[in-house]
Amino acid sequence: MDYHKMWQDLGMDVETHDTLCSVLPTAIGDVFTSQENRPKAMAFWDMVISEVHGIRPAELVEAKKQGRKVVGTFCLYVPDEIVIAANGIVTGLCGGSQFWVPSGEEVLPKNTCSLIKASVGARLSRTCPFFRLADLYVGETTCDGKKKAYEILAEDVPMYIIDVPQMKRPQDIAHYKDEIRLFARKIEEITGNKITPEKLHEAIVICNNRRKAMARVYEARKSTVAPISGRDAILMTQIAFFDDPVRCAEQCNKLADELEDRIAKGISSAKPNDKRILLTGTPVAVPNWKMHQIVETSGGIIVCEEMCTGSRYFEHLVDENAKTEDEMLEALAQRYMKNNCACFTPNGGRIDDILRYCEEYKVDGVIDCNLQFCNLYDTEKRSVSRALKEAGIPCLSIETDYTDNDAEQLRTRVGAFIEMLDSRSQR
Amino acid sequence: MVSIGIDIGSTSSKTAVLDEDRHIITRSVIPTGWSSTDTAALIKSQLEKLGHAPGENPVVATGYGRVAVPYADKTVTEISCHAAGAYYLFHYPKMTVIDIGGQDTKIINIEDGILADFAMNDKCSAGTGRFLEVMANTLGLSPNELCTLAAEGGGTSISSMCTVFAESEVISLIGKGENKENIAFAVVDSIVRKVCTQARRLIGSGKLCLTGGLCEVPTILEALSRELKKEVESCPDARYAGAIGAALAAAKLR
Repeated sequence: MDYHKMWQDLGMDVETHDTLCSVLPTAIGDVFTSQENRPKAMAFWDMVISEVHGIRPAELVEAKKQGRKVVGTFCLYVPDEIVIAANGIVTGLCGGSQFWVPSGEEVLPKNTCSLIKASVGARLSRTCPFFRLADLYVGETTCDGKKKAYEILAEDVPMYIIDVPQMKRPQDIAHYKDEIRLFARKIEEITGNKITPEKLHEAIVICNNRRKAMARVYEARKSTVAPISGRDAILMTQIAFFDDPVRCAEQCNKLADELEDRIAKGISSAKPNDKRILLTGTPVAVPNWKMHQIVETSGGIIVCEEMCTGSRYFEHLVDENAKTEDEMLEALAQRYMKNNCACFTPNGGRIDDILRYCEEYKVDGVIDCNLQFCNLYDTEKRSVSRALKEAGIPCLSIETDYTDNDAEQLRTRVGAFIEMLDSRSQR
Repeated sequence: MVSIGIDIGSTSSKTAVLDEDRHIITRSVIPTGWSSTDTAALIKSQLEKLGHAPGENPVVATGYGRVAVPYADKTVTEISCHAAGAYYLFHYPKMTVIDIGGQDTKIINIEDGILADFAMNDKCSAGTGRFLEVMANTLGLSPNELCTLAAEGGGTSISSMCTVFAESEVISLIGKGENKENIAFAVVDSIVRKVCTQARRLIGSGKLCLTGGLCEVPTILEALSRELKKEVESCPDARYAGAIGAALAAAKLR
């Protein structure tokens, strides 16, 4: 299907965008379709990713014609439930490719991480339809790089900022709950729809169902059968940020059904000696499949991502027993403050999560990877590797960006790490 | 039957041949030049002349050009090979290996005789052989001459860690009329400090050993020992550690 007319109508730089679209099929072929023995249910995500700037944006254009509002978000601390309760649509935004970095560098300091540069660049270069479609962009006070980048974006688009605390004391959680309340009022104003307790309850159930469905897929990844590759699983997680939440849950459940069947039959996506790797660190936005691809072509399989594009997206449900708006806001605040991002201090919960996952996912080794210039995750590497060392779990720390010019160096490091895991297992 | 290890590094390519008892029969080093493939072909013909034809004897390739050795039976990363080679040469069950390579510096921890942990420099040539080469070029010296000269100098430092900026610092030192030996000292000091910062994150209670092309340079060994407050050992064969490790891996294929 040809989406050029839609892209033009959205005011995109169609010519430059065509360059981006032209490299995608090769990347998809290299990373996804060339894999052997994939779950059949992945056909849905193959279709979505192959038209990632077409299918879903077209749905959003239609929804907007019917008066619905689209809200673009950058972070897991912005609760989808609020937007959904007001009959709005939440969408993730582009930010995972080197393609957008140079445009971002025109306005941002060079020592800003690729994710932020690419997000700003995707907007400013008019080559991301999601960045053209949203009626409101919701930022948050997580890292300093993003806070300042939102000020630059605000010159160009309507921005709203949620003040996310930096600590998790009771007063911080109370403050965050107030912030969700203010966010709800803002969303009511934008959509013209009142968020009633009934609507909010429905939205909480919708988002919980999506969490449960994704959790089932990750549960299947715990099996030593390894019924799905890390590449396929991360694609599912990445697309969840863009998809309709009800359809997302349906598709994830369908995939989980198949994975459970594959486990029962012993059908694996891995080779017999592949080492089971937990990936932790900065998020991997579409189409950042760099580490997944390197690990899974070097004798490893990624069985879990402890990151925002991973376990943090679906772990912990929002309490569905809350009745009043206030109780629901409390339930939301409690759930979201269970996410352990490196922007919090202290952040021991993340270490606990990593150690727990190592056991649950039967991990051979951990790769802690952060984007260059992410000071928060870079600094936290020390406590992550120390805790893992004490637990006797090998850890490889890596710093990288979106370019490919360190791919061979990374391949050497990851290769050596897997050789090391191999020699350990042979003793 | 012998076992052959080939380490195609960014600057030089090393070959080691072990007999059935894993003793070194021969080892050699040639410049890598611009084509790893040509270098690999040259090594093959040299091996054939010595009667150690690849094909009849197992070959493992390592180093950044390991994929350019079409006749290798297997490739192993240089980190695993350096660990195995260093353990073969020094035989300390617990040690930290510092390898200053052409394009990267590796710090490798060995525990109970096997690779236990490692770190490599990130996307940067500071503290590598390349840094030394660029600076030596600027001063019109060979890397070895620079190191020898450095022993006579002192009192100057280079603050930039980046090779490109450090080079312009060296040029301005030359412009100011600073003595060559003092600049040479500053260059060696800069590499050593960068390598030591990286090494300190991994160094434990074990011995310290230097491998790679600078293993026979006393200035480097002394400066590393001084900076790390612990003796850094080496031996002439340490430049072949990667190739020896690869040959040991090849021996397992026999």
